Amino acid sequence: MRDVAVIGIGCTTFGEKWESSFGDLFVEAGALALADAELSGESIDAMYVGNMSAGRFIEQEHIGALIADYAGLSTNHIPATRVEAACASGGLAFRQAVISVASGISDIVVAAGVEKMTDVGTGASVDTLAGAADREWEGFMGATFPGLYAMIATDYMHRFPLTREELGMVAVKNHRNGAKNPIAQFRQEISLDTVLSSSLVADPLRLFDCSPITDGAAAVILAPLERAREFTDTPVKVLATAQASDTIALHDRRDISTLDATVVAGERAFAMAGIPRERIDFLEVHDCFTIAEICAIEDLGFCRKGEAGTLTSQGVTALDGDLPVNTSGGLKACGHPVGATGIKQVCEVVQQLRGEAGARQVDGEIGLTHNVGGTGATVVVHILGVT
Amino acid sequence: MSVARFWRKIPQRYNLVGTRCETCGRHYFPPRSFCPDCRRGGKIAEYRFPGTGKVVTCTVIRSASEQFENITPYVLAIIQLDEGPRLTAQVVAKPGEVAVGTRVRSVFRRIMADGDSGVIHYGTKFVPVK
Repeated sequence: MRDVAVIGIGCTTFGEKWESSFGDLFVEAGALALADAELSGESIDAMYVGNMSAGRFIEQEHIGALIADYAGLSTNHIPATRVEAACASGGLAFRQAVISVASGISDIVVAAGVEKMTDVGTGASVDTLAGAADREWEGFMGATFPGLYAMIATDYMHRFPLTREELGMVAVKNHRNGAKNPIAQFRQEISLDTVLSSSLVADPLRLFDCSPITDGAAAVILAPLERAREFTDTPVKVLATAQASDTIALHDRRDISTLDATVVAGERAFAMAGIPRERIDFLEVHDCFTIAEICAIEDLGFCRKGEAGTLTSQGVTALDGDLPVNTSGGLKACGHPVGATGIKQVCEVVQQLRGEAGARQVDGEIGLTHNVGGTGATVVVHILGVT
Repeated sequence: MSVARFWRKIPQRYNLVGTRCETCGRHYFPPRSFCPDCRRGGKIAEYRFPGTGKVVTCTVIRSASEQFENITPYVLAIIQLDEGPRLTAQVVAKPGEVAVGTRVRSVFRRIMADGDSGVIHYGTKFVPVK
């Protein structure tokens, strides 16, 4: 297996982008990534694109070929593959691209993610997102996505001493980071009072505990590490790629408030990278809801179960803390175009490792991304490091 | 949800019909056609759950998808049936009347309708046991 490096990154701004189509978003992100790697389109050997639900959001399937065509690559006839794992689609597209380069089948591979969510109303998007859970036995009964994570929060708060204030501090911290990120959907800081006085969505989760509905795209370009310096002076090495699955329905899990797929994917990633988790300098985790960030930090093993709320309120996970979490603003403040999120996480870690993160720059040589599909039925973890 | 897709699961949705492995005694809902523990050594038989259990975790849904907008706020819970299996269902009660550990029993209720003139779907909800 060959070592793989990221040689280019590109990301659109995230938000309600009425003026941009699905294709516009992808082409913008892809062009930025190519320019970053100083590559032209003819050099691309293959493309993987993460997308959860273009079929329901814009009534379009066959996204692989569509994207290659819109990118002007139809005459090159490159293999272009859509990858779907609900909100983990982006992370999984990145993993497929890594595997493709590592195997030797392809050299220059694009891993992208795109989602155009605002062409449908809120009710339709809530229902589409509920498709990431079990339609027959969760969605049919009236479960929404916030509702499922709310039941994780209820279980967690029943068993561990997490306060409502500590949970809210996750959102406050992520907005503080998002305010420093030029691509973020929400570029303003919020107070704890704003979180605690926002309307209830699914008790105990309030509006400001939830990531928003977002349009956006992100793309990265991969190459064999041995060739990476042909394209960039600052290649970032993929130290580990790991994936794990679990029951699709939350009610069938061994433990409601532990994502076993996160535990397993994390352990696999640390084993593959051959490093202890203490070497990880910062994390981009899947905070689709505030409780999800709490669970992610614990399930990845950075503290014991029940401790992440205290770490958050003590500032350990802030930009200037010992373990910065979601320097991009996370899904909460940067936005969550579901298929693009996993790729955006990689873009953020690469920016940090290159020292190009501006006002939100943290120190570090190794970063981790954690991307979740559904309530934890798919988890994808990557570890990236400077070379 | 299409009529056929709903119709296929009517025994489970109306009457909590699941399965039981007669080799190891484990119960399954939704039904499984083979026992994941006993594999080829398992012997699966139909089992109708009486529908008593307790709330494992719960929430109050205040922002719902289109089919459920007209009944918000509603209580949603993960119920553990006394035989062991867990399922997600609504609890017919006021917010605040249901908490972790609340004893419940199953009832037959309307779940949702497919639009103004569409099919009405029925199924199982739960009520607190006094």
